[in-house]
Amino acid sequence: MAFLEIDGLKKRFGSVEILKGIDVELEKGGFLVLVGPSGCGKSTLLNTIAGLETITEGEIRVDGRTINDLHPSKRDIAMVFQSYALYPNMTVAGNIAFGMEMRGVPAQERQKAIDKVAKVLQIGHLLQRKPSQLSGGQRQRVAMGRALVRDPKLFLFDEPLSNLDAKLRVDMRIEIKRLHATTGTTIVYVTHDQIEAMTLATKIAVMRDGEVQQFGTPAEIYNNPTNLFVADFMGSPAMNLVPATIGGNGSALSVVLQREARDPISLPLANAPAGLSAFQGKPVIFGVRPEALTDPEGAERNASNIATADCHIEVVEPAGSDTFAVTNLGGKAVVARLRADANIQPGTSTPLAFNLTKAVFFDPATENRIL
Amino acid sequence: MSTVAETNIKPTPEHGTRPGASIRSRLQDALPKIVLAPSFAITVVFVYGFILWTVYLSFTNSKTFPSYAITGSRAYQRLWRWTFESDPPSSWYTSITNMGIFGFLYIFICLALGLFLAILLDQKIRGEGMLRPIYLYPMALSFIVTGVAWKWFLDPGLGLEQTLHQWGWTSFHFDWIKNKDFVIYTVVIAGVWQASGFIMAMFLAGLRGIDGEIMKAAQIDGATTFQLYRRIVIPLLRPVFLSAFIVLAHLAIKSYDLVVALTSGGPGGSAWLPSNFMYEYTFKRNEMAVGSASAVIMLMTITAIIVPYLYSELRERPR
Amino acid sequence: MSVIATPARQSTGGTSARTINRIVIYGLLALFALFYLMPLFVMLVTSFKTMEEIQNGNMLALPQAPTFEPWAKAWGETCVGLTCAGIKGYFWNSIKMVVPAVLISTLLGALNGYVLTKWRFRGHTLVFGLMLFACFIPFQSVLLPMATILGSLGRFGVTLRNATGFSFGLGNPTVNLVFVHVVYGLGFTTLFFRNYYEAFPTELIKAAQVDGASFFQIFRRIMLPNSMPIFVVTVIYQFTNIWNDFLFASAYAGTGDAMPMTVALNNVVNTSTGVVEYNVNMAAAMIAALPTLLVYVVAGRYFVRGLMAGAVKG
Repeated sequence: MAFLEIDGLKKRFGSVEILKGIDVELEKGGFLVLVGPSGCGKSTLLNTIAGLETITEGEIRVDGRTINDLHPSKRDIAMVFQSYALYPNMTVAGNIAFGMEMRGVPAQERQKAIDKVAKVLQIGHLLQRKPSQLSGGQRQRVAMGRALVRDPKLFLFDEPLSNLDAKLRVDMRIEIKRLHATTGTTIVYVTHDQIEAMTLATKIAVMRDGEVQQFGTPAEIYNNPTNLFVADFMGSPAMNLVPATIGGNGSALSVVLQREARDPISLPLANAPAGLSAFQGKPVIFGVRPEALTDPEGAERNASNIATADCHIEVVEPAGSDTFAVTNLGGKAVVARLRADANIQPGTSTPLAFNLTKAVFFDPATENRIL
Repeated sequence: MSTVAETNIKPTPEHGTRPGASIRSRLQDALPKIVLAPSFAITVVFVYGFILWTVYLSFTNSKTFPSYAITGSRAYQRLWRWTFESDPPSSWYTSITNMGIFGFLYIFICLALGLFLAILLDQKIRGEGMLRPIYLYPMALSFIVTGVAWKWFLDPGLGLEQTLHQWGWTSFHFDWIKNKDFVIYTVVIAGVWQASGFIMAMFLAGLRGIDGEIMKAAQIDGATTFQLYRRIVIPLLRPVFLSAFIVLAHLAIKSYDLVVALTSGGPGGSAWLPSNFMYEYTFKRNEMAVGSASAVIMLMTITAIIVPYLYSELRERPR
Repeated sequence: MSVIATPARQSTGGTSARTINRIVIYGLLALFALFYLMPLFVMLVTSFKTMEEIQNGNMLALPQAPTFEPWAKAWGETCVGLTCAGIKGYFWNSIKMVVPAVLISTLLGALNGYVLTKWRFRGHTLVFGLMLFACFIPFQSVLLPMATILGSLGRFGVTLRNATGFSFGLGNPTVNLVFVHVVYGLGFTTLFFRNYYEAFPTELIKAAQVDGASFFQIFRRIMLPNSMPIFVVTVIYQFTNIWNDFLFASAYAGTGDAMPMTVALNNVVNTSTGVVEYNVNMAAAMIAALPTLLVYVVAGRYFVRGLMAGAVKG
């Protein structure tokens, strides 16, 4: 039995269904990231776990106990909010201890707990300050301190890094990961940033329109997206999704990509998914991540199915660690990721290696993966 | 000290009820409504209930004391008849024509003067911090107080006329406050004096809220200062115009102590506004039904202006 | 934004035109400042003059021999109606009425605003709309029923006093006015707090809920300590409004010892017997104006903000 179990959870506002039957579970000590575009219901889902919003149908269990009808403070959870939600009229110490104060914990014990948390987060020197006197990163730490001090069964994070600047965000991301590793807590984390999702999670639930599109480990989500939405949403730069047709005869299939004013490219598929043979002569969406489309010298040595084709390069973006090249296939801009020192000029043609073992195919009608 | 029952609290709009909640938790759920209830009940009874009561009284023949036998719309018929009784003018005719004159001039001059002063003050003025409170303070004072000074100032024997005579301009003549045809204009002067500074503050806040980049863009496009204000700034202040109009319109209709303090009603009640008419007929002339009917007409006038405004302000906006 | 003053590239005439421009602007501003200051100035100088000087001198002239006598007379001797004990009693009447009315209506407004923004329920907009509309009604439309109700409460109070020896404030004009001002001030105070709390971060409420704070604990520990600005605005607005009220005061406490300041002043000024003592009248008016003037001088910024909140939705 998993530690956190969400069964058939539905949430309606009047006639509008915000959550349409969510099933998710998480093992003890796991790190679940709910990711999706804004309005997908991920924050609502988190709020229902916290008890800040009621649910219409379904069940939420933590450690075997149903918590549907419990007040937030009785759920043994702690929450870190997007705006940190530090009480502006209280000191840092007051903020951290407010929950204990509400539960009637004696002052002495509160002080002990504050000191302990302050040590872990290295905020001892800030305890007597007001939130308005803190920097963004310090507020973030205090918010985490307020959560940590409760020593809850479940930590809930609601986009905790979205108000920080880019560099601080990376630092705090690492900090959260370290905290998770050292304390072994169970965390549910909401973000719209798929990099945060990939780097932090042990499990990811990709959400859209109140439904979980795919639930799995980061590697599963990245390598085996179940549909076009997940493929497009996860990964940066995003996966190239190109309209194509399936050609070939008998069992030897190939994928045919149209090009502007030139002959189409036809790439032979050595180990195509079984379902693809039904699409012979029909349109599909061909998905290939930028790192699977590269210069022939940079291609993965031991990949079993690499096909090379000449492509017209329209734009070159040297990004320091890599160089990105944009070409046009099937009427769409396609990004290839080349080595940093790749010598390549816009307006010329250059051979690109397609790592077809990493390629995925989608049915344009259902948008689902062809397996 | 767990004072919170085991219940779901709803910080955002939603409407879920859970089965099996205990009485205590239901009480907790209802607590916000219980807290709001007294205020709401007070409003329903003492505002809306009383309005209905007044409407009811207007259909009786109440004189000195309320009478509760409905006798039809006689009060309204009388007001209707008086509406056209212009020679000699009935009190009601005087009140509503005064309302028309006062309302129009008061709103128009306050808007024009307020905008004008706001634009002047917006020219990086040294001492703006000193001028603004000077323009504004009349709003903080009761007209019963400042009416004392105004009355004196406008009095031909004591005030401005007398002063100018002393200074040698003996032909100067200014006795509007004693003249039944002009007394309402003195009410306009005093009313504008009181409210225009506040309207200035509203416009100034509006001006300060305009994006500076729009102004820079217009300057680069070669607009002169006059064009800038006429074509860019004033159109952008549309919402302020609307708010200012609403404020002034309801102040105009509510104006009561202005007339009492300044003119004590003017010669023969010639400065009355409908609010004074109502008070006099209800409490002095023992025509309670007529007074009530006039109050209902005032209320309906304000309702016609305010309700569409409030509706558009409070309509759920897409987030 | 201020356009004319920024580098005036487009101004045609160069420096001299600009100077004239500035002179005209400052001239106009000064002229209007005189217009707004004039009544207060006249009141102030007149209140320090002797009657003799008023009758022979110029209205705008400064007092030749300033005297405090009119102030002393207004405070302690002048006649209001038939009693000649000055206006000091009425001044305290106003204070006794204003303080509780302001405190009660402000506190209720804070609670209402809290519920209407952070504990919303179906129909909250309608409830707020109904309370808000009450701000705009001409009070003439409720004047008479309120008079009737207060009258019967007063009679009930007399019965109660005969029976128990205590009237519980029923029939006391000051209590009546406190009640009336609370009732008809609720719309404004609710509006102020609602608009303020609308922008108050809801996540703080959620955090406090997770921390286990109850409805009232959140209000007392989280909302109230962070509401100082709007408290100041509301208190000032209510104070000026209630202090300056004339309509309710004259309708429900228009005669007798319980008159508030505004009604008493109006009686002083309109007393037709004997010589009109303008200097005393002006001093009385100044005394009546002092509390609101003081509040305005000390916290004018908040006063303006309060007025604006009544007009523009926050």
